Amino acid sequence: MRIELERRGSASPLFSVISPILSLLLTLVFGAILFWLLGKGPLSALYSFFIDPLTEVWSLHELAIKAGPLILIAVGLSVAYRSNNWNIGAEGQFTLGAITGSILPVLVPSWHSPLVLPLMMVMGMLGGALFAAIPALLKTRFNTNEILTSLMLVYIAQLFLDWLVRGPWRDPKGFNFPRSLDFSSDAVLPPLLDSGRAHASIIFALLAAVLIWFMMRYMLKGFEVTVLGRSERAGRFAGFSSRRMVWFSLMLSGALAGLAGISEVSGSIGHLQPSISPGYGFTAIIVAFLGRLNPLGIIASGFVLALTYLGGEAAQLSIGISDKVTRVFQGLILFFVLSCDTLILYRVRIIFGAGKTLAEGKH
Amino acid sequence: MTDARSVEAGSLLSVRGLTKYFGSFAACNGIDLSIAPGEIHALLGENGAGKSTLVKMLFGVLQPNAGDIVWGGSSVSIGSPGEARALGIGMVFQHFSLFEALTVAENIALSLDPRIPLAKIAEEAASLSKAYGLPLDPNSHVADLSVGERQRIEIVRALLQNPKLIILDEPTSVLTPQEADRLFETLFKLKAEGRSVLYISHRLEEVQRICDRATVLRHGKVTGACDPKQETPASLARMMVGADVAAVHREEAPQLGDVLIEAKGLSVAARTPFAVALKNVSLTVRSGEVLAIAGVAGNGQGELFDALSGEYPVADDASVSIRGQAVGRTGINGRRLLGAGFVPEERHGHAAVSDMSLSDNLLLSRSRSDRKSFLSGGLLSVIRHDAIRETARRICGEMDVRKSGDDPNAASLSGGNLQKFIIGRELDRKPSVLIVNQPTWGVDAGAASRIRQALIDLARAGSAVIVISQDLDEIFEVATNIAVISEGKLSPSYPAGELSLERIGLLMGGIHDSTRHDQSAQAEAALAH
Repeated sequence: MRIELERRGSASPLFSVISPILSLLLTLVFGAILFWLLGKGPLSALYSFFIDPLTEVWSLHELAIKAGPLILIAVGLSVAYRSNNWNIGAEGQFTLGAITGSILPVLVPSWHSPLVLPLMMVMGMLGGALFAAIPALLKTRFNTNEILTSLMLVYIAQLFLDWLVRGPWRDPKGFNFPRSLDFSSDAVLPPLLDSGRAHASIIFALLAAVLIWFMMRYMLKGFEVTVLGRSERAGRFAGFSSRRMVWFSLMLSGALAGLAGISEVSGSIGHLQPSISPGYGFTAIIVAFLGRLNPLGIIASGFVLALTYLGGEAAQLSIGISDKVTRVFQGLILFFVLSCDTLILYRVRIIFGAGKTLAEGKH
Repeated sequence: MTDARSVEAGSLLSVRGLTKYFGSFAACNGIDLSIAPGEIHALLGENGAGKSTLVKMLFGVLQPNAGDIVWGGSSVSIGSPGEARALGIGMVFQHFSLFEALTVAENIALSLDPRIPLAKIAEEAASLSKAYGLPLDPNSHVADLSVGERQRIEIVRALLQNPKLIILDEPTSVLTPQEADRLFETLFKLKAEGRSVLYISHRLEEVQRICDRATVLRHGKVTGACDPKQETPASLARMMVGADVAAVHREEAPQLGDVLIEAKGLSVAARTPFAVALKNVSLTVRSGEVLAIAGVAGNGQGELFDALSGEYPVADDASVSIRGQAVGRTGINGRRLLGAGFVPEERHGHAAVSDMSLSDNLLLSRSRSDRKSFLSGGLLSVIRHDAIRETARRICGEMDVRKSGDDPNAASLSGGNLQKFIIGRELDRKPSVLIVNQPTWGVDAGAASRIRQALIDLARAGSAVIVISQDLDEIFEVATNIAVISEGKLSPSYPAGELSLERIGLLMGGIHDSTRHDQSAQAEAALAH
């Protein structure tokens, strides 16, 4: 017996739209089973995981704080993925953007000027873009696989940050804790509203999503991204360069990840420390796919995944299970998104014996 | 039909009401067919007529939804190619399934019982290939063999099973005329032994020459069963197409003007191990001229197209010039701006992106040359979808592109209609130079004649046209001058009227005669061997 995936004649447009919703529903069903196996009431557990965080103003602010970097990174990744460049290292570009963005407040803390914040943001984007240029260089020069190189660079960036805050950038008055000195008020993204902590990163994210959406839908550049992603040969026929697209898409996604990194450090943390991200760069991959690589869809999916972070914390407090459950839910979502997408394009055939077809997905 | 029924009693294979649905589309709809022992039976039809679906059902690759297959008097169901082989049906597919890194004998062994020793297979293959006039060295590597030799492996592989019926899918589409003649001799030998051959083709002359009976398919139905020797090519074509194919009209003495495209000593190294290097290619095409470049597939046609189109620019700027300007180092869009248009061989994924709409595919080749009308917003380059859709509509109207919906995806069009769109996309610009690689490959007869006429009309209006083609009928139909490419070398070009089929065949086989004395001696020497 063997199982075969057979390509469908055409993908159902209805199910292409329903698929993300269907995969979220399946995640909820399996989440309920998970809670039940852990001996918790499935419904009340799901309530405290997914609904509770939405009932209070401060937690809505937290939701925006978590959604900001996720959307920002995922929007950049969507361009890379559409052009068939698989940047898996957004976590590293996020980290390096945080480092380069922090150069001013850490090394020249005495400089007070309204220019500090914009400069930090630009330097963060530059850092992320240049870090993403490394896999681009390796791919265009040596034909290496960007999935591997960008992923390996994540660990380099994280260890570099670790070394910085334990070594040269450690706060001399910080009682030997591995952290930089606190940013001055000129270097901190202020809260948007008095009611909570949410800061400009969510604005950056929404702005980036709308701009990238416009580019992908109405501009020749977006057309170039799509054509080269679908067929490199057709792109060459159109006069588009796939090498330049490697640089463009990787550096664009790197720049947005870097902006997310410096915004997070400047707005939410206020100093550098060994760990600055609960895996935003990796979770954003799920966000990008759940949003169907469409920047507007990514806004919605960014909030959904942000909720899993808050839900994990809430579940730890209220029903006493590990916040690792966040990772489990994120994994479930990715699994169901990818499998729903696969089943839209393919039907499953189970084949018994030699070539005899007994069961088919249809008929 | 009466013909089919009367032979049925003694037939080797007969098929009654065979039907295959893909979704709601009937690829084969109630097909009746019978093949007598020891006959060469032609299966004729346009692309998409259902020929491939029919033979796939006979070979067990697909399962019919309705109908019977009767083999040697008893009804059978053929569940897999293995069962078909066990019955005595062998098949040679159009696309070979051979491992290039393995030897001939190893490739044959893969389809046989693994317990048979390799030496025995090699010995049997060698003796079989000798007996049937298919010279083949069992120990040579497939990668080193020509397409014709590779086809022989497939035929020998089928013959080793001692089949009563051999199905050949478009076997001559990849062969030179000489290689095809050799294949026909083999087929006659098989016939003399009482084996049957089901011969799929759309080359009418061939079918008339070698086949005893023919079954013609159109839109999944049998539209005629006849003795092809009693028919004319025109009457066979009528059965295939359903209407008289418009004869291509050509002016007798074309007015030639300035040189519009020229290549001088163009040499390009092979980009990949499987590519062909171009060696010192020179050509000139004048206004009003159609230069047809003949040659067997894989002799550098794709590489020549890449170099002329600028998809892969070359190092020597002077080796290609368009309208007097050296463009060797210029990219494809720079050459388009000089008035050149290009149509590559592969429709899906090269000339067009399958899952993009026709209007997007229009923008694909014209984003730069029609920047003014298709883009706005200065540096932002905002796409003017409405203007592009309007132009796409106009092209579809002019080239008679049949499609479902206003702006469907390229993948939803049939090969012929998509090709008409792709050619129309360039013609719409009124290019002064047009380079087309295999303009009617896999295209039905109606669309093919439409496309050829358009190419001739373009030249008559004063453009220079290069047609790279493997189809000799097409070449004689459109060309004012003919050159032949072989192993990356291009022959001088000859006026179409001065070249015979035999001469082209020799050139395709790499035997270049030349007016220069020092080379003619070599050519004679080569011929003598």
